Amino acid sequence: MPKFLMLARSDARAWEGLSAEEGQRIVKQYVEWSGRMRAAGRLAGSNKLKDGDGRVLAGHGSGVEVKDGPYSETKEVVGGYWLLEAADFDEAVTLAKDSPHLRFGTLEIRAIEEM
Amino acid sequence: MEPGTPRGRAAAAAAAADEPPAPATPPIGGVAGAGGAGGVGELVDHLFRHSAGQMVATLTRMLGPQNLSLAEEVVQDALVRAIETWPHRGVPENPRGWLMQVARNRALDCLRRDASRARKAGRLAAEPGNAPAAAMAPLAPATPMTLMISANPLDPAASGADDTLVMILMCCHPALAREAQVALTLKTVGGFSVDEIARAFLLRPAAVAQRLVRAKRLLRERRIAFELPARGLGARIGSALETLYLMFNEGYAATAGDDLVRSDLCGEAVRLATILAEHPATSLPEVHALLALMLFQASRLPARCDAEGALVLLADQDRRRWDRALIGRALGHLERCAAGKRATAYHLEAGIAACHAMAPSYAATDWAQILALYDDRLALAPSPVVVLNRAVALSMVQGPRAGIAALAEVADDPRLRGYYLLPATLADLWLRCGDRQTAAAHYRRALELPCSEPERRFLLRRLAGCEPCS
Repeated sequence: MPKFLMLARSDARAWEGLSAEEGQRIVKQYVEWSGRMRAAGRLAGSNKLKDGDGRVLAGHGSGVEVKDGPYSETKEVVGGYWLLEAADFDEAVTLAKDSPHLRFGTLEIRAIEEM
Repeated sequence: MEPGTPRGRAAAAAAAADEPPAPATPPIGGVAGAGGAGGVGELVDHLFRHSAGQMVATLTRMLGPQNLSLAEEVVQDALVRAIETWPHRGVPENPRGWLMQVARNRALDCLRRDASRARKAGRLAAEPGNAPAAAMAPLAPATPMTLMISANPLDPAASGADDTLVMILMCCHPALAREAQVALTLKTVGGFSVDEIARAFLLRPAAVAQRLVRAKRLLRERRIAFELPARGLGARIGSALETLYLMFNEGYAATAGDDLVRSDLCGEAVRLATILAEHPATSLPEVHALLALMLFQASRLPARCDAEGALVLLADQDRRRWDRALIGRALGHLERCAAGKRATAYHLEAGIAACHAMAPSYAATDWAQILALYDDRLALAPSPVVVLNRAVALSMVQGPRAGIAALAEVADDPRLRGYYLLPATLADLWLRCGDRQTAAAHYRRALELPCSEPERRFLLRRLAGCEPCS
């Protein structure tokens, strides 16, 4: 089945001032969503990315410039991803629409190129 | 990030497994297998709140009460870390241990950054799980070694309950005003947020925050130690019981505020009182008495509102909806509170609540026994609210006119001014006398006073029932 990478962007400040109870509710929503995805055989993987540890590399003629980043000045940074399996883009989008993440940030879905 | 930490392990796992692992892959470092977001741990109700309370208590013991705010900050950080990580990695096998490890590491990071706090790091490192490092250099700044902690870092049997108990007694320190005690207890031990406390007490969040800042400053200035007080423990327990009872009543009386948060107040008061009741140092008869009282009252919560959200009086409640499990627990504590030589107000009120819990119906209640208990209660400490409640019992023994006569005594009591239950009770008694007109006048008076939405609906319905044509 085709695979789709679902990049989760969110504002690092989305959780500021959150109560423990609200935090637990949010985690529960995510866990329930991924549980549904797994039960339906749609979840192929997921990881959180480490905060603030990125490097941006760019080639400059003979050399390579390595910069720390991307910084969160863009406000929304990629914090993690889910790898979904779906029949087509439409189904992937339908599955993603159900994700609790949309309450806290945006999702970008990209199809994995099948060779 | 060091490899011994959950984040470190999670990152290592992520690097090693871009693809989902084969089913046989064992959980890595107590965290569910990478890639599947398939947690094996369970998110029990209020896990975050209760873990937060226990972690703040344990960290406050390690860091000292002057670092209470730091403890709260790193615990909040740990919760945020969980919110960011668990959606991808799943709930860890030991969620409390995971949270504590993250909070502890975060605390160490903060302490290291703050040179003036270096000595505290030594004490933190000296925790049982860090024994080897501590033995070598108890005062040395924490090293990555000290981040390695025992396999079961937050065994409640080991120290968690003790820490929470000491924390309760600290938050209920007599030097603090009652409102500050309640707010501080809810915040630090209960894991409630400032907003939640504000909602429960109909205060502005800024006012709650200020109250908390002042309370913490006072604890710092008084250099209150984080330990079971060697002297005056009885007074500290007494203060804690009053605070917990106020917390419970705020939730139970529902004079205003958010329903959900308010029932949480009841649950939290019961939970904390249970900690006091189960700990050998504080398992006093009056603790069991208060716990029994709160459990009896809590058992009636499911029957207190009807489908339309109106308050249902004790007389009209469907007793099949009472929580029998809570009544069972209450009876157990009632038995244990009888060990005391003196009957406190909690004993007497628990006895009254027990009479109600055991009665098959309102009419078939042992009102004579309840009246006798109210007499004892009044003799112990006079209070206009007790006079009001006693008048109801009296009316059940001697008739409504006796009740009305008894209420004349408190009709002008300034402490009952604005208390809707006085006119509402009078209205009910007049209705039982057959005087609808006087009853209606009292219901109208009651409706002018502050009360909750369910109570208002109840009063309106009663008032409508007083109209001649209805």
